[in-house]
Amino acid sequence: MTTVATLALAIPLFGAAFSLIALRNLLAQRIVSIAASVGLVAVSGYLLFAVDADGAVAVAVGGWEAPFGIALVADRLAVLLLFTAAVALLAVLVYAVSQRSTDEELRGFHSVYQMLATGVALSLLTGDLFTLFVAFEIMLTASYVLLTYRAGGEQTRATISYVVIGLVASALLLTTIALIYAVAGTVNIADLTTRLDAVPAGLRSGLGWMLFLVFGIKAAIFPLFFWLPDSYPVAATPVTALFAGLLTKIGVYAIVRTQTLLFPSDGPVTFMLVIAGLTMVVGVLGAIAQKDIKRILSFHIVSQIGYMIMGLGFFTVAGVAAAIVFIVHQIIVKASLFLVGGLVETSEGTGAIDEVNGVAKRSPLIAALFLLAAFSLAGFPPLSGFVGKLALVQAGFLAERWVVVGVSLFASLLTLFSMSKIWSGVFWGEPAEAPKERPARGMTAATAALVLVTLIVALAGEPLVAYAERAASDLLEPGVYRTLVIGAAP
Amino acid sequence: MTVVIAITAGVLFATGTYLLLQKLLSRIIVGLGLIAHAANLVLLGSGGAPGRPPIVEAGQTGPFSDPLEQALVLTAIVITFGVTAFLLALAYRSWQEHGTDEVEDDVEDRRIARLGFRRREES
Repeated sequence: MTTVATLALAIPLFGAAFSLIALRNLLAQRIVSIAASVGLVAVSGYLLFAVDADGAVAVAVGGWEAPFGIALVADRLAVLLLFTAAVALLAVLVYAVSQRSTDEELRGFHSVYQMLATGVALSLLTGDLFTLFVAFEIMLTASYVLLTYRAGGEQTRATISYVVIGLVASALLLTTIALIYAVAGTVNIADLTTRLDAVPAGLRSGLGWMLFLVFGIKAAIFPLFFWLPDSYPVAATPVTALFAGLLTKIGVYAIVRTQTLLFPSDGPVTFMLVIAGLTMVVGVLGAIAQKDIKRILSFHIVSQIGYMIMGLGFFTVAGVAAAIVFIVHQIIVKASLFLVGGLVETSEGTGAIDEVNGVAKRSPLIAALFLLAAFSLAGFPPLSGFVGKLALVQAGFLAERWVVVGVSLFASLLTLFSMSKIWSGVFWGEPAEAPKERPARGMTAATAALVLVTLIVALAGEPLVAYAERAASDLLEPGVYRTLVIGAAP
Repeated sequence: MTVVIAITAGVLFATGTYLLLQKLLSRIIVGLGLIAHAANLVLLGSGGAPGRPPIVEAGQTGPFSDPLEQALVLTAIVITFGVTAFLLALAYRSWQEHGTDEVEDDVEDRRIARLGFRRREES
C-alpha cells in the first residue's frame, strides 16, 4: 500500500511532465491530463477504503526513516480529502477541456493544472512541516500562473495583490517553521507531537497561534480574507472553481492538522470560536452587498470557512469530525456553484445579476443545477450542506457553546437570502435577448456530475460522518499519529 | 553570533514591511525580497551557533553545525528566487499595460470613495 500512497503524488507529477512534452499536441495533452486526473481519483479512491480497513500508512521517502527523512502519511483525514479533491479536479478539468479555450491549453494549461494537483496531493499527504511549506509553494505558484493566464487591465492588479499576499504568507510560514525548528529540533510533525511537550507552554502557544495566523491567511479567515474576493473572480471559470473548491480548504486542512496534533487543547478554544463567528457573518454580509454572481460566491467562500474553524474550535471528536465533513461538502459544492456561474456567464455573456434575467425559462437544466447547489450551500435537507451543518450544530450543543451555534444558524439564513437574490435576479423573469453562446455539452455534463456528487455526499451522510469521526479521533487521540509514523513513544 | 543574525533578521523584516506598504510596485517587490531574506536568516540561525563545518570528516571530533537547516534554507532560497522572478515579470506586464508602476487602489475602496464624494456634493 505504500506504493499506492506514493502513486498519488507520482501520477499528477508525471501528468504535468508528459503534458509539457506534448505541448504542441492538443489532443495528446488532453488525453494525458485527463488520464492523470482519472488515475488520481482511482488511486485515492482505493486509498480511501484501504486506509479505513487496514489502517493508515506512512512512507519513508527514499528509505530514510522518520524522523530523519521526509515522511508521507496517508491517514484517514488525508485520504478522505485527497479523494474529494481528486473528484473536484477531474470534474473541473472536463469542464475546462469542453470550454473552447484551445490557445490557453496550448500555452501549458494542462501541465500547470497537474502541478497544482501535485501540490494539493503533497500538502495533504506530507508528514513534515517543511515539506508542507514546499507543497504550498508548488500549489500557490501553479495558482499564480493559472490566475494570470488571461491577465490584462484590471486583472493584472488583482493577480499582483494575490501573489504579494501569497509571498508574505509564505515568508511568515517559513519563519514560523524556523522558530519551531529552533525550539524543538525537528520539523517532522509526528516527532514534534512529543518534542513540543518539553517547550514552555507560553512559547508553544505562541508558535501555535503563529501557524494559525499563517494558514489563516491561506484559508481566508476573518480578518485576513480581503485578498480573496478581489482576486478569485477575475480568472477563467474553471480556474476560479478550482481555487474556490480547493485552495482555501487546503489552508483549513493545514490548520486542522497542526492545531490538533501539535497544539492540542483540552476544551473549546474561545478565541477560535470568535474568529469563526466573525468569519461567517462578515463573509455573508459581504456577499449580500455584491451584484455579480462570482463575487457573491467568493464572499461565500469566506463565510463557509468560518463553519470549519468553528468545528475545530470545539476541540471535540464530534466537532473536528463535523469540520472534516464540512470541508468535504464545501470542496464539491463550491466548485459546482462556480461552474454553474460559469455556465450562466457563457450563455448570457455576463454574470451581473442586474443584467441577466430569465435563465430558468431558457435553460431549465442550469437553473436546476444552481438550485440544488445553492440549497446545499444554505444547508437544506436532504443535501450535503445539511449533513455538515447538522453535525456542526450537534457538536456545538455537546460542547455547550450556544452563542456561536446561534451565529452559525443566523449566517445560514443570510446565505439563503443571498442565494435567493441570485435566483430572483438571474433565473426568474423573462429572458431579454437571444443567448450569446450555448455552453458546450461537456461543460454542463461536468457541472451536473459535480452536483450529483453533492447528492451522493448527502446520501452517504451517515458513513461519511462515521468515517470523519474515526479520522478526528486519530487526530485527537494522543500518540496515534506518532506511533504510525515513528513507532511507539519511548 | 546568533544575536547578530537575530538583529539582522529583525532589521530586514522592518525595512521589508516598510517597503511593502509603499505604493510603487518595484518597492513592494524589493520589500518582499528583504522579508524573504529575513525568513531565510531566521531559518539559518535556528540550527545553533554558525561557523562550524556541517560535514564531519573522518577522525574529526568536536562540535559541528546542523546540516539540515542549511538544506532547508537552500530549498527556500530557490523557491523565493523563482517566485520573485515571476512577480517581476508580472510587474513588467503591469507597467506595459498601465504605463505606471503604481499599484492602484482597491476596486471597492474606490467605489466607496466615489459614493462619499457624491454625498458631499449633494449636501
